[in-house]
Amino acid sequence: MNAVGQIKPNARPFYQRYSADQLKEALRRMYLIRRFEEGAEEAYMRGLIHGTMHLSIGQEGSAVGSTMALRTSDYITSTHRGHGHCIGKGADPKLMFAEFFGKEEGYCRGRGGSMHIADVATGNLGANGIVGGGLPIAVGAALAIKKQKRDDVAMCFFGDGASNEGAFHEALNMAAIWKLPVVFVCENNKYGMSVSTDRSMAVANIADRAAAYGMPGVIADGNSIADVEEAIAEAIARARRGDGPSLVECKTYRTRGHSRSDRNRYRTKEEIEEWKARDPIPHFESELMAHGIATEAEVNAIRESAEAEIAAGIEFARLGTDPDPSEVTRDVYSPEAA
Amino acid sequence: MRELTYAQAIQEALAQAMDADPAVFLMGEDIGVYGGAFQVTGDLVHRYGEDRVMDAPISELGQAGVAVGAALAGCKPVLEFQFSDFATLAMEQIVNQAAKLRFMLGGKVNVPLVMRFPAGSGTGAAAQHSQSLDAWLAHVPGLKVVQPSTPADVKGMLLAAIDDPDPVMVFEHKLLYKMKGEVPEEPYRIPIGKAHVARPGRDVTVVATSIMVHKSLEAAETLAAEGIDVEVIDLRTLRPIDTATIIESVKKTSRLACVYEGVKTLGIGAEISARIAESEAFDYLDAPILRLGGAESPIPYNPELEKAAVPQVPGITEGLRNLVRGRM
Repeated sequence: MNAVGQIKPNARPFYQRYSADQLKEALRRMYLIRRFEEGAEEAYMRGLIHGTMHLSIGQEGSAVGSTMALRTSDYITSTHRGHGHCIGKGADPKLMFAEFFGKEEGYCRGRGGSMHIADVATGNLGANGIVGGGLPIAVGAALAIKKQKRDDVAMCFFGDGASNEGAFHEALNMAAIWKLPVVFVCENNKYGMSVSTDRSMAVANIADRAAAYGMPGVIADGNSIADVEEAIAEAIARARRGDGPSLVECKTYRTRGHSRSDRNRYRTKEEIEEWKARDPIPHFESELMAHGIATEAEVNAIRESAEAEIAAGIEFARLGTDPDPSEVTRDVYSPEAA
Repeated sequence: MRELTYAQAIQEALAQAMDADPAVFLMGEDIGVYGGAFQVTGDLVHRYGEDRVMDAPISELGQAGVAVGAALAGCKPVLEFQFSDFATLAMEQIVNQAAKLRFMLGGKVNVPLVMRFPAGSGTGAAAQHSQSLDAWLAHVPGLKVVQPSTPADVKGMLLAAIDDPDPVMVFEHKLLYKMKGEVPEEPYRIPIGKAHVARPGRDVTVVATSIMVHKSLEAAETLAAEGIDVEVIDLRTLRPIDTATIIESVKKTSRLACVYEGVKTLGIGAEISARIAESEAFDYLDAPILRLGGAESPIPYNPELEKAAVPQVPGITEGLRNLVRGRM
């Protein structure tokens, strides 16, 4: 099955199921996410872009592991920390940068910005600025899938904080009673802004909450793309079979602060360093090399190509077209309507 | 022409919309075998099945979000709120999602959904089941808000709302559900954003919404006997407002009164008054503008208090008489 043909027979299913090219593409997407966010951060520091941003650096294994088995016709709903989901689902970083820079060429024509970047054409129904906002929307998309008798799925990303919103309860309950093809992916990065899950939840795991809805609740190591993908693959298969929704909790960590204003007063340097040592990207690189799927030279080439793509994306965005202020109300309503 | 009640007219519109387009489905609380709290959906579940007339759990926020997601993915959901007051539970999805997704995503999506809100006082249901929150939603760009006042209008406007590519909020006064009127049998559309001159007159323009249209028409009959000729405009749509029709009328009558059930302060009357004050019709005004709206209080339970909390025919009659006679 593997193009390289050197896979160790004891390698976990993730490495058996995908071709070497697919696995290398997964690594490339993880780099793209990392470098996209680092590039965005640099552009912000240099005063090239304004507003705020929520970086997912450290969570790339979860974003790519969750999305790599999806089809274009599957949907995702994403979050304020959504750049990774967007790239994972197939968006072009250059058009994402154009959005970040507020340009007409951007995915949202400069109207959405960091918190709303979404490539609708690849099935992304929107990154959402409201914590928990995407949860019932994913359920609605899954209801449409079922009504249209498709075997697609709706993947719903949300964080630990969103699992304390009422929308979480309402959405999971409705998906469960109607057996809808939803994969709920909770990226538990331990903090809702500054408040830790220890302080905001009385149960140890978000996955434990799945029992209340009669759906499977699975925990994955969010910093291992393989662990995430295997848990997600089972949830996707269950959804496509018509057996209903699942909840997958990816335990992970954002090594950057919540947003630009964060001074990291609520967590220790030791904790941050401990998680940085578990960076999902070097982890995946060493696994690929250990399994003979990629050489070090190939890994370096993938990294360099991702860096070049990001640099070109920033240049593209810088030269983009500024929206015309006279068009501020464009797209509030559909043109075909009154 | 045959007559239908307002509730029957809604049901006929829903059935005709489902007949015409398999993407249309209904969702709400107790709209299936129960037939809806106000018997609007009636026996539709038996005719169209539970997949198209879906009883949902008591999760207004979740239902609103499901409607948004289904609309994004190619369906045309029509969501019934059991009482318009419960919109408060779903404001996140209505205001942040339904209204804004098209804009936030650069015009690359549509959110073709309809939400129906049984609204208003007069049923003894007290403060949490009697509000008129139409102006709240009309404040939000991205939404369209309609308030049909007759059986014929509600059928035509609901069908137009279901056709519309953008989210449309339909406010239905609960006291209108049993009102009868002539309703054409075939499907037809009444455009969103067009007011209707319900009674032409020379002396004063009344811009009224929903049940206040009928109360204003009753006041107009009384005043006609006194030689006061009242023009009643049924606004029908709160967003977008048909300002042109109101301006033309005020230029003719030189007087303006706004009659609405929602709380007077910061209500639809304030917006209409301001639009006239900003327009060329301002120079035609011979008297101050009159607003008759809901009291600055929640809707009370006691029947006499409840009546006192919203404009009634005697008060409207008196107000218009004073306005025309220059006794404000």
